[in-house]
Amino acid sequence: MACLLEAPLRISVLSEVTATSRHYVDRLFDPDPQKVLQGVIDMKNAVIGNNKQKANLIVLGAVPRLLYLLQQSSSGLDLRTECAVVLGSLAMGTENNIKSLVDCHIIPALLQGLLSPELIFIEACLRCLRTVFISPVTPVQLLYTDPTVIPHLMSLLSSSQKTQEYITQIFSHCCKTSDHQTVLFNHSAVQHIAPLLISPSYKVRMQALKCFSVLAYENTQVSMTLVNVLVDGEPLSQVFVRMMQRDQPVEMQLTAAKCLTFMCRAGAIQTEESCIVLKTLPCLVRMCSKDHLLEERVDGAETLAYLIEPDVELQRIASTTDHLVAMLADYFKYPSSVSAITDIKRLDHDLKHAHELRQAAFKLYASLGSNDEDIRKKITDTENMMDRIVSGLSESSIKVRLAAVRCLHSLSRSVQQLRTSFHDHAVWKPLMKLLQNAPDDVLIMASSTLCNLLLEFSPSKEPILESGVIELLCSLTQSDSPALRINGIWALMNMAFQADQKVKVEIVGCLGTEQLFRLLSDPDNSVLMKTLGLLRNLLSTRPHIDQIMSSHGKQIMQAVTLILEAEQSIEVKEQTLCILANIADGNTAKDLIMTNDDMLQKIKYYMSHSSVKLQLAATFCISNLIWNEEDGSQERQDKLRELGFVDVLHKLSQASDPNLSDRAKTAMQQYLA
Amino acid sequence: KPVSLPLHPKTRVAVMSGQSSGCGFLMSVVVHGDSTLNEQEKELNQRLRRLYPAVNESETPLPRSWSPKDKFSYIGLSQNNLRVHYKGHGKTPKDAASVRATHPIPAACGVYYFEVKIISKGRDGYMGIGLSAQGVNMNRLPGWDKHSYGYHGDDGHSFCSSGTGQPYGPTFTTGDVIGCCVNLINNTCFYTKNGHSLGRKKSNDWPNLYPTVGLQTPGEVVDANFGQHPFVFDIEDYMREWRTKIQAQIDRFPIGEREGEWQSMIQKMVASYLVHHSYCATAEAFAKTTDQAVHEELASIKNRQKIQKLVLSGRMGEAIETTQQLYPNLLERNPDLLFMLKVRQFIEMVNGTDSEVRCLGGRSPKSQDSYPGSPRSFSSPSHKASSSQPYLTGFDSSCCNGVTSNKSHSSSPHSHKACPPSSGSTLISSDISVNGSRQQPLTSDVDMEVDHFTNGVTESSSNGFLNGTSKHATEPDDCDADMEVESAQSKRQLCGGSQAAIERMIHFGRELQSMSEHLRRECGKNSANKKMLKDAFSLLAYSDPWNSPVGYQLDSIQREPVCSTLNSAILETHNLPKQPPLAQAVGQAAQCLAIMARSGSGSCAFASVDDYLH
Repeated sequence: MACLLEAPLRISVLSEVTATSRHYVDRLFDPDPQKVLQGVIDMKNAVIGNNKQKANLIVLGAVPRLLYLLQQSSSGLDLRTECAVVLGSLAMGTENNIKSLVDCHIIPALLQGLLSPELIFIEACLRCLRTVFISPVTPVQLLYTDPTVIPHLMSLLSSSQKTQEYITQIFSHCCKTSDHQTVLFNHSAVQHIAPLLISPSYKVRMQALKCFSVLAYENTQVSMTLVNVLVDGEPLSQVFVRMMQRDQPVEMQLTAAKCLTFMCRAGAIQTEESCIVLKTLPCLVRMCSKDHLLEERVDGAETLAYLIEPDVELQRIASTTDHLVAMLADYFKYPSSVSAITDIKRLDHDLKHAHELRQAAFKLYASLGSNDEDIRKKITDTENMMDRIVSGLSESSIKVRLAAVRCLHSLSRSVQQLRTSFHDHAVWKPLMKLLQNAPDDVLIMASSTLCNLLLEFSPSKEPILESGVIELLCSLTQSDSPALRINGIWALMNMAFQADQKVKVEIVGCLGTEQLFRLLSDPDNSVLMKTLGLLRNLLSTRPHIDQIMSSHGKQIMQAVTLILEAEQSIEVKEQTLCILANIADGNTAKDLIMTNDDMLQKIKYYMSHSSVKLQLAATFCISNLIWNEEDGSQERQDKLRELGFVDVLHKLSQASDPNLSDRAKTAMQQYLA
Repeated sequence: KPVSLPLHPKTRVAVMSGQSSGCGFLMSVVVHGDSTLNEQEKELNQRLRRLYPAVNESETPLPRSWSPKDKFSYIGLSQNNLRVHYKGHGKTPKDAASVRATHPIPAACGVYYFEVKIISKGRDGYMGIGLSAQGVNMNRLPGWDKHSYGYHGDDGHSFCSSGTGQPYGPTFTTGDVIGCCVNLINNTCFYTKNGHSLGRKKSNDWPNLYPTVGLQTPGEVVDANFGQHPFVFDIEDYMREWRTKIQAQIDRFPIGEREGEWQSMIQKMVASYLVHHSYCATAEAFAKTTDQAVHEELASIKNRQKIQKLVLSGRMGEAIETTQQLYPNLLERNPDLLFMLKVRQFIEMVNGTDSEVRCLGGRSPKSQDSYPGSPRSFSSPSHKASSSQPYLTGFDSSCCNGVTSNKSHSSSPHSHKACPPSSGSTLISSDISVNGSRQQPLTSDVDMEVDHFTNGVTESSSNGFLNGTSKHATEPDDCDADMEVESAQSKRQLCGGSQAAIERMIHFGRELQSMSEHLRRECGKNSANKKMLKDAFSLLAYSDPWNSPVGYQLDSIQREPVCSTLNSAILETHNLPKQPPLAQAVGQAAQCLAIMARSGSGSCAFASVDDYLH
C-alpha cells in the first residue's frame, strides 16, 4: 500500500527538481554578465555532491552553454573560471555524466583554455580535464590528437603544485600503450617529472611516481633513461628506495616498488642489485600480508609475480621470505565465513575482490614454481593447493582460469609432481574441459600443460588418451597461432613416444598426411622441428616402421627429400636424417631407400658434410642398411659398395671425432663378418 | 574555541622530569691498545644509541658481547667475546653447548635485533640461533627447553621451548648471516637469513631474554654482531614502521565524548603553567580569552616574575634582596635555599654579571649576559611566530618599573622609536634588570625599548602584551648578532675584569665559606651543599674559568634550576603547588614510560615525551 501512496509524491518531487534545475540553466542566458556569473556560482553550489542535480543540468543543456561561456573571450576571468569549476563538478558525477561531457567536446575546449595566461583559470581547466581523463569511459586517445597538447602540458608543469598534480595524474591515466610512452618520453616527460618526486606536496609526489610506473612498464628505453636520472643529486632508484621505506604510506611503497620492478624487468637494473633483492622484493612480499587491504595484496602479488618470473634466484629468495607460500594460501579464503555473518558490506567487498585475489595468488605461485623443484614441492604441499587449482580451472572468471592453468603449467614441469599430486587430483579432467572452446591465451597455457601431462612417465597419459585428446590436439595444429600449433604438435610428439601401434595409427589417421606435410613446411621452425620429432617417434620399433611406411611411405619419402634439398638448419636436417635412419631400420621399409638412388646419393653427401652431427646421422642410416643379421643384407652391402660407400666409411673411420669413427668402424665390420 | 597552543617548556621540563636517555656510559670501558677496536666500540655505541634511544643503560645495559661466564664448557670465545667456537666431542645431542649474551634484552628497545655470521658449519652444522632466559640449561641448543627459542641450521626448523621443531625457514650454512629480531610490542619474533625476513612467529611472552647461540659439532664457528657493524637486514626500516604505528596510535587516541572536558583541562593546564612561571600578561590574556579565573593575585605574580627575572639575568644579589624584601622570613626559614642562592651569586660574580661586581666593573660582560634558555619560556604561546625567537621581552617591564608608569603608549606600536626616557632613576635600575639579556645598557636605544615595554604592560594587559610580541618580532636577530660580535671581540675576564670586583668576589667567597661552616654546625652535614660550594670555588682554579671543566656553571642555563627552586619555595609559602600541573603531567608521562620499560612493555620505545614537546 505504501508504494501506491508514494508513487505520485515522487513524481511531483522530481518535477520540482527539474523546475529548479531549469531555472539554473535559464540564468546562464541572462543578458547581464554579472547575473550570469552569480548564476554560475549558484549552480556550482547547487551541484556539489548532488548527482541528480548534475544529471538534470546536463539533460537540460547546461553543458554547451557553460562551454560557450568558458570559451568566450568576452567572458570575464571570474566567469570563465567558475564555468570550468562547474564543469569539473559535473564530471565528478556518474560515468554517464562524463560521457555527455565528452560528447559535448569538452576536452578540446578545456585544452584550448590551457593557453590562457591566467593560472587560476588554467588550474580550473586542468582539474576538470583530470576528472574527465581518469574516468574509464573517456577515450585516452583524445589527449594525443592535437600534437601541441603534450608539450604545452609539460611547460605548465612548472606553474604550480596544482598543475603538477593534475597533469601528472592525467599522464599516469592516459599512458596505456607503448606509443603513449614514446610520445611522453619524446617530450621529455622524464626530465619534467623527475623533480616532482621531491615536491613538498604528497599528492604531487604520488602522482609523479605513478607516472614513472606507467612510463617504465615494459619499456627499455624509458627504463634505461631512468637509471641515469638524478633528483637533487640522488639517483632515481635511490629516491624510489626511500619511497619504499616502511613508514611511508602503503600506496607510495607499492608504486615505488612497481617502478623498480618495471625498470628491472626492462633490463635497466640487475636482479642481484640490493635495491631489487633487499628492498623491492621484501617490500612486495610485505604487501601480500594480511595487514594490507585486499587491493594492495592483489597488486603486490601480481607485481611480485612479474618481478621474479625470469629469475630463479629471486624465486628462491621470495619463497623463503616471510612464509610467502603459506601467506598466499590466505588469498583463497575470501569471502570468509566470518565476513558472511558479520556484515553485508564486508561480504560484498570480499566477494568483489575474491576473484582478483585468487588469480593474483595463482600468478605468483606460477612464477615461484617455474624453475625450482623444491619450491614446487612447497607449493603443492600447501594446504588444499591442488584442489584449489582444480577448482580454479573451472571458475567462471576467465582471469582466474588463466591464472590457474598458468600455475598448473608451472608445477607440471616437475617430474615428481606429475607422478604424484597431478595424478592424485586428476587434474587432467578439468584441464581437458578447459581446452574446449577456451580463448587463445587460456588454450596456449592449457595445451602447454597438456604436453607435460602426456610425457611418457606421466600416469595421467593413459586417461587423457582415452578422453579423445588426439582429435583436439590435431585441431590445434591447424590454429593460426604458432604457439598453439607448437603445443599441439609437441603434445602429439610426446604422446607418440614409445606408444602403442594403435595410438600411432590413430595419430597418423587423425592428423592426416596432408596436414603433416603442411606442418613440415610451417614457417615456424620450432613447429617443423616438433613435427619431425613426431615422425621420428612414430617411426620407431620395426613393426611400426613397416606398418606406417607401407601406408604412407611415398609421402614420407617425398617430404624427407624436400627437406634435405631445402635450405634448412643443421638441426632440422639432423632430425630428418634420423627419420631416414629409422626407416632404414624397418624390414620392408628399407627398400624405400635402397631403391631410391637419389636418396642414397644424398646420404653419401651428408656423410662427408662439414657438420659432424649430420655425418653421424647419415652414417647411422647406412649402418642400419648394411646390418648383417637381416634378410638381404648381402645384396644391400654389395650395392652400397658399388656406390662407393665403403671408401667413405673407411675415411670416416679415421675421423677425429671418436663417435663418428666408432660408428664408421662398426659399419665396416658388417662387411667383414 | 579550538585550542592549539604550542608549548615551549622544554628546558624546564628536562630539569624536572630528570629523564635521560643516558647511553653514554661505557659500562665496560676496556682499554684496547688497538685504535681500530676503539673505533669499533665507538661505532657500536653510536649504533646502539640510534637504535634504542629509549633504553636507559644505567638501569638495563644492552648486550654487547657473549658472556664468558654464562656458557657451557664446550664453548670457546675469542675476538672480544664475539666469536664462538665449539670445542667438545660433538658425538650426540648431549654434547650440545650454548652461550648467552652478557645482558638480557631491555624492553625499552621496543624492537631488538642481532645477527650471527656462520664462519664455519663445522662437521654437521648443527647450529642454533635464538634467545633464552637466564638459568636455562646451557648444555643444550636454544629452543629445546622451556623459556628458550631457536632457529636451527641443519633443518631450518624453529624450536619454541620444545625438543621437536616446526618447519620454519631454509637451512643455513657457512657464509650465511642469520639474524634474530624480537618485537617487544606485539610479542613476536622473526629470524632473517642474509638480510631477508623469514616470517613472523608468535610467542606468549618474552621476559628478559638473552641473545643465545648454540653449537653441537666440532669445527662450528660463528661471529656475533650486536651492533658492532652495520646489519645485513634493514632493521631500522622495520623500526620505522613500528615507530609510525605507535605514534599513530597516540595521535589517534580516542577521547570520545569527553572532547569539551579535554579542552578545558588543557586550557587550565596552560593557564596554570603561565601563572606559575609568572608570565602575567600572557596569563591574563589567556585567562580572558578562555574564560578562566586566575588563582593568584596579579601583584603576587608580578613579584615572582620580578625575582625570577633577576635570577635569570644573573643579578643574584638583587634577587636575594628583593626576595627578602617581598617575602620576609622565607630565606631565613630555608637556609639551604639561601645558601644555594648565595653560591649562585658567587658564580655570577665570577662571571661578572652580579650587580655587586657590575657596579665595580668598568664594562659589562657581554656574552655571559645573554640568556638563551629563557626566550622560549617568555614567548607567548598564542603567537607561533615568536616561538623561535631568542627573546620576547613583553613583560620584562613589570620587574623594572613595577606597576607604575606615567605614560601610556600601548595604543601606539611605534612608540619604540619615539619615546624618550621618561622615568628618571627608575629607568636605570629597570634597564639593568631588563637588559640582563641585552648588550648595551644605558644607551638611548635600549632606554626607549624599556620605556616602551613598561608602558606596554603596565598600561593595560589587554594589548600591552600584544604590542610586546608583535613589535619585537624582528628584534632578536639584532641582539644575537650584537652578542656574537661582542664575544668574539673581547675575551671574557674574571668578574668583568675589574680589580675591585675581584676583591669583592673573594671577600664574598670567604663569607660564603663561613656561611657554609655555620650551616654545617646548625643543620649537620649536607653533601649537596658541600659539592655545590666546592664546584663553585673550583672556578677560581682556572685562568679561563669559562673553558674549564667546571665552566658549565657559568652557563646561563644553570640559572634555571635556581630560579625554579626559588619560585617553588615562594609558591609554597602561598600554599600554591610547587610545580605547575603541566610539568607534573609531563613528568608523569616520562615516569609512565620508565615504568613501562621496567614492566616489559615495548611500546615505550617509540613514545618519547620529548617528541611531543617542540
